[in-house]
Amino acid sequence: MNNPYLQEELLRMSGVDPKKCMACGKCSASCPAYDEMEYHPHQFVSMVKNGDIEPLMKSESLYRCLTCFACAERCPRGVEPAKLVEAVRLAVIRQQGANRLKAQDVPALLDEEIPQQALVSAFRKYAK
Amino acid sequence: MKVSYFPGCTLKNKAKALDEYARRSAEALGVTLEEIENWQCCGGVFTTARDEVATKLSSVRILKAAQEKEQPLVTVCSACHNVVKQTNHAMQTDREFADKVNRYMAEEAPYNGETEIYHYLELLRDVIGFDALKEKVVNPLKGKKIAAYYGCLLLRPSGVMKMDDPENPSIIEDLIRALGAEPVIYANRNECCGGYILAESPALAKKNSNAVVENAKAAGAEMIITACPLCRYNLVKNGADIPVVYFTELLAEALGVKEDTNE
Ligand code: SF4
Ligand code: SF4
Repeated sequence: MNNPYLQEELLRMSGVDPKKCMACGKCSASCPAYDEMEYHPHQFVSMVKNGDIEPLMKSESLYRCLTCFACAERCPRGVEPAKLVEAVRLAVIRQQGANRLKAQDVPALLDEEIPQQALVSAFRKYAK
Repeated sequence: MKVSYFPGCTLKNKAKALDEYARRSAEALGVTLEEIENWQCCGGVFTTARDEVATKLSSVRILKAAQEKEQPLVTVCSACHNVVKQTNHAMQTDREFADKVNRYMAEEAPYNGETEIYHYLELLRDVIGFDALKEKVVNPLKGKKIAAYYGCLLLRPSGVMKMDDPENPSIIEDLIRALGAEPVIYANRNECCGGYILAESPALAKKNSNAVVENAKAAGAEMIITACPLCRYNLVKNGADIPVVYFTELLAEALGVKEDTNE
């Protein structure tokens, strides 16, 4: 399903221009979450470019990205796939009831040493 | 010299050592870190979406507080630094975003990214200077083989962070040398530990963290130093069998101010 409004919104939110991509795959080769991802950074770029966004929105890959920016740093064309992954994830979790991480999930994560930073970061990435 | 200082939430809780050794070492080097008043948490990670405004306001308030005091802003935590610096960059370069923020804050003087930000490492390198630091070292950490762990947040995106070469950084290695120890260079020093992924996939955090430790050890490291509480947590939690310590602790030790004489 091709939704031109969603595609436009993702491009606007992220500031990414997928037309600059030359499909070299360097972003995905750099990605430390690669093995856990169904769709890899270069696929986020090509699929958003083609308007093939539904499968990305349903994919667990959205929650595997570390926002480490390796893909963005190493892209020879300055595409910054990380920003597109983030935009698709936000398009999902901004929907009513679509939070990935909920307050009741937190106790299971806690131990004596866990830094506050871990929890605030997880909430910022996984909930609205 | 006085500078504005933003410690962030983790340095007030689980990473008190990172904060206390930073303050004490700065004093020993003639710099007073003046904590910003009534600051709020930066959120831990920068949201790259340009239409996210509310979550970036705490960073803008911190930057404005430093501007009002006409001081540069210093951070220590890698995550705080990344978030505040990326927010400042957005205030400088994204007019639409900056306009929204300024209207939201509804204060008289608009903020457009004027504040200068230094990570504590940059304060050491660019303001104090590693040569001057070296002269203040009283306990040189002789012969110790130390691996600098940058992770992702200090270096990337490099066009914004501008701290160092993102693929071949040297700022922490130069610090290690200034303190009299020997830096160990290894491939994974600028790879991510997994960060917040522990909430989703502890296995992925473990894999990445173990790769960093194993790679550092294979290069001969006896110790790893970091500026990030979450990097430290991930490395230690996933079984690092060499010490993982904050760079400020090592600095305080070398400067002879590790024990607090006021307590
Ligand atoms: S930012 Fe996300 S997609 Fe890009 S390299 Fe890191 S984990 Fe992979
Ligand atoms: S590295 Fe850049 S140009 Fe190459 S596939 Fe990835 S996004 Fe496209």
